[in-house]
Amino acid sequence: MNNIELVFPEIFLALSIMFLLILGVFKKESSKIIQNASLLVLLITAVITFNETISVDQTVIFNSSIIIDYLSSFMKIITLLAAFIVLIISSNYLRTFKIFKIEYPILILSSVLGMMIMISSNDLIVFYMGLELQSLALYVLATFNRDQIKSSEAGLKYFVLSALSSGLLLYGCSLIYGFTGTTNFNLIAGQFDNSDYALTFGIVFVLVGLAFKISAVPFHMWAPDVYEGSPTSVTLFFTMVPKIAALTVFIRFLYVPFLELIDQWQLILVFISIASMLFGAIAAIGQKNLKRLIAYSSISHIGYALAGLATGSNDGIQSSVLYITIYIVMNLGFFSCLLMMKRNNVYYEKIDDLSGLSKNHPLLSLSLLIILFSLAGIPPLAGFFAKFYIFKSVIEQSMYFLAIVGLLSTVVAAFYYLRIIKIMYFDEEKESYDKDHSLWLKFSLAASTLIILIYFIFPSQLVDAVSKINII
Amino acid sequence: MNFPILSSLILLPSIGALFLFFTKSSNDNKITVKYVALFTSLVNFFLSVYLWFLFDQNTSAFQFVEDRIWIEGFINYKVGVDGISILFIILTTFITPLCIISVNNSIKSRLNEFLIAILIMETFMIGVFCSLDLVIFYLFFEAGLIPMFLIIGIWGGTRRVYSAFKFFLFTLLGSVLMLVAIISIYWITGTTDFIKLYELGIDAKFQNLLWLAFFSSFAVKTPMWPVHTWLPDAHVEAPTAGSVLLAAILLKMAGYGFIRFSLGLFPVASEIFTPLIYTLSVIAIIFTSLIALMQEDMKKLIAYSSVAHMGFVTLGIFTIQQQGIEGSIIQMISHGLVSAALFLCVGVVYDRMHSRLINTYGGIVTIVPKYAVLFMIFTLSALGLPGTSGFVGEFLILMAAFKDNFLVAVLASLGVIIGAAYMLWLYKRVIFGKLVNSDLKKMLDLNRSEIFTLACLAAPTLYFGFYPDPLINTIEVSITDLIDKYNYNLVKK
Repeated sequence: MNNIELVFPEIFLALSIMFLLILGVFKKESSKIIQNASLLVLLITAVITFNETISVDQTVIFNSSIIIDYLSSFMKIITLLAAFIVLIISSNYLRTFKIFKIEYPILILSSVLGMMIMISSNDLIVFYMGLELQSLALYVLATFNRDQIKSSEAGLKYFVLSALSSGLLLYGCSLIYGFTGTTNFNLIAGQFDNSDYALTFGIVFVLVGLAFKISAVPFHMWAPDVYEGSPTSVTLFFTMVPKIAALTVFIRFLYVPFLELIDQWQLILVFISIASMLFGAIAAIGQKNLKRLIAYSSISHIGYALAGLATGSNDGIQSSVLYITIYIVMNLGFFSCLLMMKRNNVYYEKIDDLSGLSKNHPLLSLSLLIILFSLAGIPPLAGFFAKFYIFKSVIEQSMYFLAIVGLLSTVVAAFYYLRIIKIMYFDEEKESYDKDHSLWLKFSLAASTLIILIYFIFPSQLVDAVSKINII
Repeated sequence: MNFPILSSLILLPSIGALFLFFTKSSNDNKITVKYVALFTSLVNFFLSVYLWFLFDQNTSAFQFVEDRIWIEGFINYKVGVDGISILFIILTTFITPLCIISVNNSIKSRLNEFLIAILIMETFMIGVFCSLDLVIFYLFFEAGLIPMFLIIGIWGGTRRVYSAFKFFLFTLLGSVLMLVAIISIYWITGTTDFIKLYELGIDAKFQNLLWLAFFSSFAVKTPMWPVHTWLPDAHVEAPTAGSVLLAAILLKMAGYGFIRFSLGLFPVASEIFTPLIYTLSVIAIIFTSLIALMQEDMKKLIAYSSVAHMGFVTLGIFTIQQQGIEGSIIQMISHGLVSAALFLCVGVVYDRMHSRLINTYGGIVTIVPKYAVLFMIFTLSALGLPGTSGFVGEFLILMAAFKDNFLVAVLASLGVIIGAAYMLWLYKRVIFGKLVNSDLKKMLDLNRSEIFTLACLAAPTLYFGFYPDPLINTIEVSITDLIDKYNYNLVKK
């Protein structure tokens, strides 16, 4: 076995999960210890990933079923950091609902492990295994606030629909296996001839399954309900972390084995992308609940990330990765604000609850203002650059229709972001919210706002970081 | 490398804003806060005057150029000025302190935030006029939406939400197409630096679509006739200082954009679309003048007159003659001063009587004589009386238009007459006549700061009316060069 050190992060994470689970079972009142230990584990895993794999050239191990390259390391580190921040800022929320239990960090760790496997997978079976590991953990997380009927409903809905999509995905995998005789991405590439239309069916089914996982239109129906029903900290996790892994698989699945068939899948991706951008923008207008609104907004943001993938170029992939990275920062800021809207142990999540926020909480509302303008893609904030790179790569391929529809839907989307700003700044004030938030929550809000705000001074760093991604 | 004077101009207001951000806003330190903002903007003004002093009028090349790598191998942060842009920068730095002085009575709450918004706005506006890269230009051009949206929305009148949304969405919709065009230009030519683009030229087969994409943005911002409807709403609801910034500077970004990009980059398309611009300009001049005639709200009347005046500007630009473009720039500068002053004049009476309706007033000439005099100067300048800066611009534009297209020129001249009609009628109804409203007797005349502000605006209006040479000398060489390049590129393609 060569190069086993390249999967050290996954091995370490898996062992830690088992250890923490046993510790949690045998030691009473250990939720705080487990929480802190999990944070440490995530951090150490990130450090190992950074040290061991970031500088490694593309390497395949385990009969080339696992791939380690710059893309996988980059995405893994983002996943780990995002999970770290989710975990650290959700503890107060969980305590309020009395669900601060040992299962929560362990489930998050398990899903992160699943995602890391997905990110590194170079084989349909490995990929499916990772996907199921993360999905099963996520089902439980969605129902985590089990005393609330909405949370249970969310978990059940997520489970049923997700199982359906996994079924479709698996069917697609089996079709691909049937027509090529292999499940390995690299081997598939050499095994088909272009006239084989049955293979296209396989690709379509896998794409449907993946589109489900990242809630792209027309497979988005579960997202608003699940996002609304789940505990807010879990919603935060849903809107960010699984999308990173699913997007990576999207990239690998389309670009490694099936790049030659780009004529077949490009149109599908363009359609999904346009539909997501437009639908997300239009459907969000009527929403009253912030979590539902952010669900639609995330649908539309995924549309932009997919627009980058639809280009079939390395620039497109890089811009997608850049987009998702900036999107995560913005989302983190948004949810930090949401987690601060607490008064007398009740969390508020209606848009109207933001009414007149700027009078009582000038700093909080200023941060939210910056984040919302950034989500709307107004320069000079980070969100603009994310969109800018997407459209740069889209226009490079002369896909003007996609670019123009995408930009017009940013105008539609601007409307509902502006509506939130209007409610915060132009409307009458309500009772003020609690001001004693945990240090980490404040930190994550301040850090994400600051990154969004001053990104334009140092735009090169992130661009350089993603420009090392080289798939084609 | 010399002292980066342009970057300082761009950054200074933001630094002032940052300073204000860290000052506690309370009623006690209102004066302090205001003085900080005023000081920042005054320093900026003197810096820009110094820039004009250093500026070499005998060359059309960009001066004070700063060029730094911003995104490796893609975009450079590049700023510089030539004769066309320097006047707009000075206009911006001149109007901003006056805005800050004028906030005395009109802004009751959140003064701190208001001043921050104004200063940030100044940064973006100067950035628009300095930038020598399309992406940087777009960045500043769009970023200005944020502070203006907040200025209208937070400190505006009763229908402020509607107006703020309309302003934001109209402008954004226009601009996104420009973004597509900018990225396309990058892929067609490999650069977004427009000094290089002037030399390279853009292939004629792409020009029409690119021109239209830029046009969609500038037409909304100018605003030209069918898409002007956001302007009256925005003006009416914005606080006085917001209206002043909007009318004096924001609208000029589009005129500047037409000269810089539409003429500079797309000569072939400009030649093709000139009839379109002529038609829209003439409609704007006559139609909106007629609308202005019927307005009952003073601010709305001035807003419609802005549309008409900007109609002259677009007309002048697309005559593509020395006089026409010179006239347009002078008209823009003059309109910047005069419309700012007129909005301030409306603000003065609004602060006292809380009404913008014309029929509230009447016969106040004996009660507020100083106000009547200053208001008269600006009214006359707005209708283009010889001896005011309004005349110089309109005269040059019409002269160029007569050379190019007789019918258009005649129709535009007709607009001048209607313009005189609505401005004089406005003045007559507000200042003269019988005193109908007894409340007006208690109205106070201008206080010292108001006299100062309006006098500051009246002085250049009259000075440039009698002696426009300083303006013309500054812009002349750059415009000659622009037209030469235009004709050269037209022949080459």
